[in-house]
Amino acid sequence: MANLLGGIATSHIPAIGVAMDKGLEETPYWKDFFDAYPPVRDWLYTQEPDIAIIFYNDHGLEFFHDRKPTFAIGASELYENADEGWGIAEIPPVTGETELSWHIVNHLIEHDFDITVCQEMKVDHGLTVPLTLMWPGHKYGHIKVIPVAINCERHPMPKPSRCYAFGQAIGDAVRSFAGDQKVVVMGTGGLSHQLDGQRAGYINKPFDLYCMDKIVNEPELLTQFSNYELVEKAGAQGVELNMWLAMRGALENEGALKELHRSYHLPISNTGAGLQLLATDSAR
Amino acid sequence: MASQDSIPGTIMLDGPMATKGYPLNKMCYSFNNASARDEFRADEEAYYEKFKLTEEQKQAMRQRDVIGMLEAGGSIYYLAKFAGILGLNVQDVGGLQTGMTTDEFKAFLVKQGEV
Repeated sequence: MANLLGGIATSHIPAIGVAMDKGLEETPYWKDFFDAYPPVRDWLYTQEPDIAIIFYNDHGLEFFHDRKPTFAIGASELYENADEGWGIAEIPPVTGETELSWHIVNHLIEHDFDITVCQEMKVDHGLTVPLTLMWPGHKYGHIKVIPVAINCERHPMPKPSRCYAFGQAIGDAVRSFAGDQKVVVMGTGGLSHQLDGQRAGYINKPFDLYCMDKIVNEPELLTQFSNYELVEKAGAQGVELNMWLAMRGALENEGALKELHRSYHLPISNTGAGLQLLATDSAR
Repeated sequence: MASQDSIPGTIMLDGPMATKGYPLNKMCYSFNNASARDEFRADEEAYYEKFKLTEEQKQAMRQRDVIGMLEAGGSIYYLAKFAGILGLNVQDVGGLQTGMTTDEFKAFLVKQGEV
């Protein structure tokens, strides 16, 4: 069976990608934020995962309202990034994978998650910024990525409890996959932020810290929220917590988790930016 | 979402709003392409016609009224691409929506970390 080594939750703010392109990591605004990442990069370097399953949300690069899936998964050998319209530099193609992807698709359908399958899809900053953060200098070509997109834009969107169960089904699929691949899961986005409306700029630090605390051993306290409650507590785009919950769900049947890293920095762009690493017993 | 109380200063992009906003959002989605951005810059009014914007949406666009765009069904994901054409970042857009200067808005963001 393939092994799940752990999960990483990270912000995916576009401005992070822009800052890395411009080499601003050591400037006062960015230093504390970027200083949080080396321990997580070191862990990845030591663990040598083969595959990364990345829960993210597309922000209008691949999907528009004409056909916007609630849950979608890629099954392709390659994923390209492209112009998002407002100036973040494009990054080189991301290596894909199809065998585990199709295995996950079969498992999901068998377990009542009737997912959209994309044999070609462009991946946006929700996926590319975390990749760039984990493997700076675009040195991510060796890792096979399975993109999993969750609608976080247009209501109705999948409930937090459903995102968790969805992640759990994907975790079960990984464990039932024949092979000895080492897999990490990532949840990107969040934490609290609101870009739109007169409430723009809303950030809820106490709630973000609560989420990072509870996601480790009491995720059920987070999955009980409705998306409306998440908007209320964490802002219109705070529903991106759902990707963190999917990541955590994938680790649900792994037994006790070790929290190896937690950091939070505010503000990065309009957002409370979190980074967290949870390792399973399969990790070295 | 209609059964829930509204959250002040928040316009939920639900199905009916997405229906209303479709032409505006479709136009802004096109801005992923550089050639579309050029076409828009060359003749904004013609571009509004091409995507059949409603009069409410055209007015909000002409006035660069972000709240008006949201009320006309705009989704911030796509409006952000329009903001990019204007050279505005999300702090600028935050200021425009809250009646603050960009610097005041940035200070507001920082202040929320002081709890």
